[in-house]
Amino acid sequence: MGFSPHIAERRFGYGMSPHVAPPASVTAMLDALRGPDQMADRFPIPGFRAIQDAQIIKRRFDVFARKDTTPAAEAVAARQKSRDIVRKFIKQRLRSFGQMQLRRIQGGDNFRERLVAFWADHFTAQGKMAMLKLAVPAYVEEAVRPNVSGRFADLLIACVTHPVMLEYLDQSRSIGPSSKRGTRKGSPRGLNENLARELLELHTLGVSGPYTQNDVRQMAELLTGMSRTRDYSFVFRKGWAEPGTETVLGKTYGARNSMEPIHAALEDLALHPVTARHLASKLATHFVSDTPPPALVADLTAAYLDSKGDLMALYDALLLHPLSWQMPATNIRPPLEYVSTALRALAVPENTFAGLRPKDTSTLFLRPLSVMGQVWLEPSGPDGWPEADGAWVTPQGIAARLEWAMNVPSRLLDDLPEPAAFLAMAVGPDAPEALKFATSAAENRAVAVGLVLASPAMQRR
Amino acid sequence: MIPPLSRRQLLIRSGMIGCSLAASPLLTPMTFAQAPWDKRLVVIILRGGMDGLDVVRPVGDPAYAALRPKLNVGEALDLDGYFALHPALAGLIPLWQRQELGFVHAVSTPYRDKRSHFDGQDLLEAGTSALGSGTRDGWLNRMLQQVPDVASDTAFAIGTTPLPVLEGSAPVANWAPEANLRLSPQAQRLAALVMEEDPALHAALSEAQMLSESDKDGIDGKAHQQIARYAAARLREDARVAAFSLGGWDTHGAQHRVLPRSLTTLQDTILLLKEGLGADIWGKTAVIAMTEFGRTARENGAGGTDHGTGGLMIMAGGGIRGGQVHSRWPGLDEANLYERRDLMPTGDVRASAAWIMRGITGVNRSVLESTVFPGLDMGDDPGLLL
Repeated sequence: MGFSPHIAERRFGYGMSPHVAPPASVTAMLDALRGPDQMADRFPIPGFRAIQDAQIIKRRFDVFARKDTTPAAEAVAARQKSRDIVRKFIKQRLRSFGQMQLRRIQGGDNFRERLVAFWADHFTAQGKMAMLKLAVPAYVEEAVRPNVSGRFADLLIACVTHPVMLEYLDQSRSIGPSSKRGTRKGSPRGLNENLARELLELHTLGVSGPYTQNDVRQMAELLTGMSRTRDYSFVFRKGWAEPGTETVLGKTYGARNSMEPIHAALEDLALHPVTARHLASKLATHFVSDTPPPALVADLTAAYLDSKGDLMALYDALLLHPLSWQMPATNIRPPLEYVSTALRALAVPENTFAGLRPKDTSTLFLRPLSVMGQVWLEPSGPDGWPEADGAWVTPQGIAARLEWAMNVPSRLLDDLPEPAAFLAMAVGPDAPEALKFATSAAENRAVAVGLVLASPAMQRR
Repeated sequence: MIPPLSRRQLLIRSGMIGCSLAASPLLTPMTFAQAPWDKRLVVIILRGGMDGLDVVRPVGDPAYAALRPKLNVGEALDLDGYFALHPALAGLIPLWQRQELGFVHAVSTPYRDKRSHFDGQDLLEAGTSALGSGTRDGWLNRMLQQVPDVASDTAFAIGTTPLPVLEGSAPVANWAPEANLRLSPQAQRLAALVMEEDPALHAALSEAQMLSESDKDGIDGKAHQQIARYAAARLREDARVAAFSLGGWDTHGAQHRVLPRSLTTLQDTILLLKEGLGADIWGKTAVIAMTEFGRTARENGAGGTDHGTGGLMIMAGGGIRGGQVHSRWPGLDEANLYERRDLMPTGDVRASAAWIMRGITGVNRSVLESTVFPGLDMGDDPGLLL
């Protein structure tokens, strides 16, 4: 058994759509990924610049409001304007939830959407303060999304040097102990190893990789200098960079007056054979099985290394591998993916999302997602969401999926689809007899559609 | 008389659970094994940074009044002549009088200076000395990892907010009263039928149906009321540890209006736990409420307080030594404040939690200091438990 349009959508996308034709071949899938990013143009999500600009204006209002010389009434007005800016971006963040769903509902190239989600999770970053909290969709849009079909090194550099990541993993405050800034009298801060550690443990080599605490320390010293301005622009501060050379995994990097040695180290890490294996294994785990066949992982590793870290070569190997199509569908879709799969099958139209108030987005999606176990954009650590199926197949999680599947679709559509046709479209002609029977025995259409959406065929891929 | 069927028998007889029952971790014989100890521990994470100086006011400190001109209003309730309780917690005074309510003041985690909720909560729940140490589990889970007989219903993480403090390799049951199945019996039967082909999904659904069934009392009321009732119901049975979180403590402005709401929620929660547990089990229960940091000693221009350092731990239950404010009080003179702005922490809140866990579970000190809270020095026994 090799490629099939149904498996292509189920395993590598967000399931079947009644309106969008599934890909016709592996070549078509890869060509689409190489081609223009149509969904990003059609359903845009603003980039990070918009948040930086707003931050500049917001800070002016804040400073003005705090000044002793500001008349009370004007201070109140300035505070209000500052709050309005935050409010606007809270709304924008919620709007990006709808945009993301629409891309998945209407996309003919959903392997791309899945890869964006996969790499955004691999490079999990969150804002901790003020406006940065609202910047995660922008970070994904500009650091992750344009780089999912290029070289891994470019994706790595884009994510690891992005201000949201620098802030999330405390790099923006890390100062070389012997640097100009670090040796200044009364300097309260020093080296912070957080980003260096996660870079080795999560982003590249993996937790069982061949690095020591000393490599972490040297990497942390090498990363010093990377910081941000108060408006969250990237800046390399020479005066914070630890002088001298650093040796990471036996290789020495020097001349700390630019980003050049940091880029060189990231390029080397990207091409390390252990990184290749870590990425191959993670990709195979995500797309194929929690316990991926060793042969598949080996082939993916080889494809990555042979191509010098070209992600397209990695995907090519994944999609052309017979095991990618033969393995049974055991992986459970995490909640957000599950919801997207349901929305695509239901073909929820654009104007439904346009009409959602922030409160609706929360009631219909974000609250249920958190009961299912996934607080949107907020995994509990830099290691992102769990891949293990057991993390999601919990009583609470499955109950929440069932409740959502039975109750929410009728609030999104004026008319629910005819259940038998819906079943045939979403699950396919080989649907289990029990599911066919249950769909026909349901007391009403909402329950019938809910049963299809809650069925194992929709939950696993 | 025919004895009533147990819920489990009922479910099996009604055919709601099929052959996949054995795959259910909650229904394996382990579940009904003897719990490893008898006392109960409830950990409440107060998210947002509770202003300990307003909740337990050091009215005896000569510097206090000047720092809090607008906040030090309302009839604070005298506790011990030096400290006075926020009036919104008046409903807890009977507990104080019975020595079932106590406080540890001027404590904090090792977190300093950046004052981010995000980092502060991460550190509070990881229980480590610093962030970025690669620890991914929470201290309450690491405590459970030390106990050989922990079953899947010994510890409950309740509510929809993630609880990193209980995450880790030891088994923990998760349930949010919000996840209750409100579907018709017919819809539930069909759902079980549809999932029969998939043992893991089917088992999870069966458990959900059982948990929903057992939670009939909890389904009304506000989220915190549901949580408290549900926690009490579980702790009355085999559960020994329950954890959940309450939000709403980030009082940057209009604190005199905002804080009482959160305090009422907390008071409600404690009283519902007491009621739900019944006198016998309440008598061997320790409830501890911890927050990521305290707030600035001075009130700000908006009638609120900003992120600070030293804070307050609240204890309740018949198992604690209440009626006392445990503290090495640092004083509120500017020179005694941390960075001239925050209450100076004079104790590590992890040490308080460690002593309480030691008393409840018997996990020994060296394990608490090396594994549960790596690098912690517990110091002398503060005598927080009876």
